[in-house]
Amino acid sequence: MTCIDVNAFLGVYPFHDVGEWNTDILLKEMERLGITESWVSSLPAVFSRDPAASTADLFLATSGNPRLRPVPSVHPGISGWQDVVRDAAARHAPCLRCDPMFHDLAVDGPEIGALLALSAAQRLPVVMAVRLEDLRQRHPEDVTPDLSPAMIRTLIRRDSSARLIITHADREFIEQVHFGSTTQEASRILWDIAWIWGPPEDHLEILIATVGVDRFTFGTGTPLRLPETSIAKLDLLRLSSGDRHRIEAGNLGVFCGNPA
Amino acid sequence: MLIDVHAHFHHAGGQRADWAERNASRLRAGEQIGITRHVASILGSWGRTSPTYFPSPADVTTGNNALLDLMRAHPDRIAGYACVNPNYTAHALGEITRCLELGMIGIKLAASRRANDPLLDPIAELAGARRVPVLHHIWQHRRTEWPGQEASDATELIELAHRHPAVPFILAHIGGGGDWRYTLDALAGVDNVHVDLSGSGVDRLMLESCVSRVGVGRLLWGCDITMCTGLAKLRHLENMLPPEGLEQVRWRNAATIFPPGSFAAG
Repeated sequence: MTCIDVNAFLGVYPFHDVGEWNTDILLKEMERLGITESWVSSLPAVFSRDPAASTADLFLATSGNPRLRPVPSVHPGISGWQDVVRDAAARHAPCLRCDPMFHDLAVDGPEIGALLALSAAQRLPVVMAVRLEDLRQRHPEDVTPDLSPAMIRTLIRRDSSARLIITHADREFIEQVHFGSTTQEASRILWDIAWIWGPPEDHLEILIATVGVDRFTFGTGTPLRLPETSIAKLDLLRLSSGDRHRIEAGNLGVFCGNPA
Repeated sequence: MLIDVHAHFHHAGGQRADWAERNASRLRAGEQIGITRHVASILGSWGRTSPTYFPSPADVTTGNNALLDLMRAHPDRIAGYACVNPNYTAHALGEITRCLELGMIGIKLAASRRANDPLLDPIAELAGARRVPVLHHIWQHRRTEWPGQEASDATELIELAHRHPAVPFILAHIGGGGDWRYTLDALAGVDNVHVDLSGSGVDRLMLESCVSRVGVGRLLWGCDITMCTGLAKLRHLENMLPPEGLEQVRWRNAATIFPPGSFAAG
């Protein structure tokens, strides 16, 4: 069975130690847990003024490992960012990454608008994280605000072809975006399950019933979070094998135009 | 055997219309995970008629009664902590005595009064006399007052633990928010404080750090309000610990601090 993690990282996290972490360890963890492919972002790129350099490191680190697909980070306020997008398309990157809050970019500003337009033209979805860590445990210097549901609604309305993969969102966040969007808008957002609670609150089960199973995809947030968590919440769901496959890979394939 | 030392249930007197669904979901997920016993508490009316972390005496009694009903309905699955508010000393002591006599096996203190406050001493003394553990809600490194609760952190619980060295204290949800590294450093050498591994936090290295800094002999498995993270931590521990260490965390450590026979049916 195919299981694709859209929410994996390589590199150093500035606010706390995650231990030894590199491509070899990531691949071993994937093997242990039955994750067949990971879409890998660069953690240093999130915190860099110019993420292009970290993206180059990411391509180097993942080269020769077809199970690891690098996700280039884009800062659309930096000159030359269009080249990063075109290069990503030429190298068959699965999507792009942008972290507007960490880069202090307004979601209704011209830079993000240009990124959404060019990524759509290149048929590349954009990954954005609502947060990387729980507000309750952040380093005192980590004061970057979370993305808000209003911001995601703004983003998805800015370009009718833009597609977003949103990671680290919880139930309330997803509901506020999904039911605050048209069907067409909502169909251009895929949510990873990393931050959605399982039983006894059953947020994931409720969302699958209300929002629909086709809007969710597998993601872990590793190495900041134990990847076992996302697998555990699928194991605890009362889910058909077909629906499980859709979350683990099928929905992502359809979303990216590569249905199985 | 697998003991969840940090579980909660809901009841009709709380705020939630879906209380029965949530209880059923916990029991169903428990069966999937293989939980032998949910050691649970109910915090008053969960905010309906008094605040969750500052429950009125009447709500404390109502919540404990609801838990006793659940224990009777599921005697082989649910065990109970008597939840009390230390600001009402006479009521708290009476409620603990009543609930222990009716089969509860521990005391739950949430965040009604700071852990190092003298008002907690009579409760700890009663815990010592009855040989039951005290599960204490903890914020991992509290740097400020958090709304809705008078939260404590490890250093404050340790003060209480030093005053009552014969009482086993359970430091709640190491993954429940705050800086768990601070907590683990603070716990060095405080042998009567045990760490419950519950909470929604699933940071890489957290479990490894618990083992290396506190020791496997003081770790207790639990879920709190997210059972998927409990299962994830259990699976991570299975990959990380030798069989005997895993058994300690799954249930053996719990069996040493709860009254003898608490989990016999399991």
